[in-house]
Amino acid sequence: MHKTIAELASDLENKKISSVELTQSFLTRIKQFDKSLNAFITVTEDQALSDAKAADALRAKGGAHKLTGIPFAQKDIFCTKGVKTSCGSKMLDNFISPYDATVIQHFKNAGAVMLGKTNMDEFAMGSSNENSYYGPVKNPWDLTRVAGGSSGGSAAAVAAYLAPGATGTDTGGSIRQPAGLCGINGMKPTYGRVSRYGMIAFASSLDQGGPMARSAEDLALMLNVMAGFDEKDSTSMNQPDEDFTAKLNQDIKGLRIGLPKEYFDKNLDPKIASATQAALQELVKLGATLHEITLPNTQLSIPAYYVIAPAECSSNLARFDGVRYGYRCKDPVDLEDLYKRSRSEAFGPEVKRRIMIGTYALSAGYYDAYYLQAQKIRGLIRQDFVTAFENVDVIMGPISPSIAFKLGERTDDPLSMYLSDIYTIAVNLAGLPGMSIPAGLVDNMPVGLQLVGKAFDEARLLNIAHRYQQVTDWHQRTPEGF
Amino acid sequence: MSLTANDVKKIAHLARLNMSDADITNYTEQLTNILDFVAQMNTVDTTGLQPLAHSMEYAQRLRPDVISEHNERTAFQAIAPQVEAGLYLVPQVIEGE
Repeated sequence: MHKTIAELASDLENKKISSVELTQSFLTRIKQFDKSLNAFITVTEDQALSDAKAADALRAKGGAHKLTGIPFAQKDIFCTKGVKTSCGSKMLDNFISPYDATVIQHFKNAGAVMLGKTNMDEFAMGSSNENSYYGPVKNPWDLTRVAGGSSGGSAAAVAAYLAPGATGTDTGGSIRQPAGLCGINGMKPTYGRVSRYGMIAFASSLDQGGPMARSAEDLALMLNVMAGFDEKDSTSMNQPDEDFTAKLNQDIKGLRIGLPKEYFDKNLDPKIASATQAALQELVKLGATLHEITLPNTQLSIPAYYVIAPAECSSNLARFDGVRYGYRCKDPVDLEDLYKRSRSEAFGPEVKRRIMIGTYALSAGYYDAYYLQAQKIRGLIRQDFVTAFENVDVIMGPISPSIAFKLGERTDDPLSMYLSDIYTIAVNLAGLPGMSIPAGLVDNMPVGLQLVGKAFDEARLLNIAHRYQQVTDWHQRTPEGF
Repeated sequence: MSLTANDVKKIAHLARLNMSDADITNYTEQLTNILDFVAQMNTVDTTGLQPLAHSMEYAQRLRPDVISEHNERTAFQAIAPQVEAGLYLVPQVIEGE
């Protein structure tokens, strides 16, 4: 089972293994290991096996897609018809989705198998997966440490080979940071690349779904399935269809890599800085050149984000009212009591904190000082990237200032948790594609390298990562015991 | 920017959240800290700058006004906390005679 999606697809194609056998072995691994990791909220064993049978039949008949029969784990933020979709919240603990998200539909169309739904911070709000109603996810590299968040379940599942690939969503780093902390690959595509239809909304102008897997090539294979224009998402970008594997092997000679000086500051653990430099030197050997650049408004990205994201969250989460679906309090005395108690009893502390911040920032008299000012700063942050990309092809830096921290270490101080998002948040504000690839180990914990591209330049990021992975083996390292 | 307990009670009401007295004390401190941090934004002069609502400078797409979804009331109401005769039930809003 310790193979990439590309390798498993070739095994299926060459009839070395059937999808039923493959699916069964992953289900067995989930049973064996997930008690210690808590990466899954729901395991859909019966459906997985029947999907696998159908996939084998399709492969026998001919006309199968490359990923037909490959099992995947889906983040529990994506609506899955007939299957519980909790979004990591007590609010949706009883929610059986009546429809499929577009991303889920795309996987189904390809004949892929769903193993289950992965754990996450409640409504994707968090950087450690400690905000899940279902308990924190443990990092497979050290069970006393966090897996990162909010897509922590997907990251841990892939790192521990409980699934060859998984979906994630990234509003402020929620794919890239857990991928980095768990030593796997994750990509947040350009805003609008992957449909948000059926992906439970947190901050609509920032949310973007993307793939998480064991190699850059696997990300490309998954993105081929996930991306595409969707009429049902009003912010879906109508880009021509693209084969993201097509440029994987291109030469990267002459590639200009920009290194923002703000990302290599005093907050960065010096050991992570050296691991990052070592990775960059590998790319230099492949013909790339390094250039110091500046993203002068980086420090403002956290304050701007922690106004914009909560504002959009307070608006999006107003829909959870105990009337149409989800949690309802017992014996409400009137409508206001129904709203207030349903919401208070079912939302966790971080979600309430963000709803409160957002409500305040949008309230009469404060809108200009907070929301409008944050959106103006968002424009400055995007302009920083536009200017930088006049002279470089890709921007690189660390993913996180430290390795995965200890469980419980930052739960009492929300602000310190927010500050750990410093290297990932600006990319969401600017809508750009970003990815994390394994680039070393510090104190036996994985370190991620971040790649940021121009809008719709995912294929180039995947190309660079793939070339790097042909000359290094960090992406093949496996946590001991898994 | 220092919030008072009364400010927090008002925000909680606007957000339709119940807060115990202990919650109010906690949130007053935490929200004040977060807003103090966010106040860094005010160090920048943004006079004349346009706010950016969407990173891709993109106008909202329109579609023809034709039926695109079928009525799935039964499926949607199957997961509702309380329904009757196709209607969602909530506590009585208007006082009777």
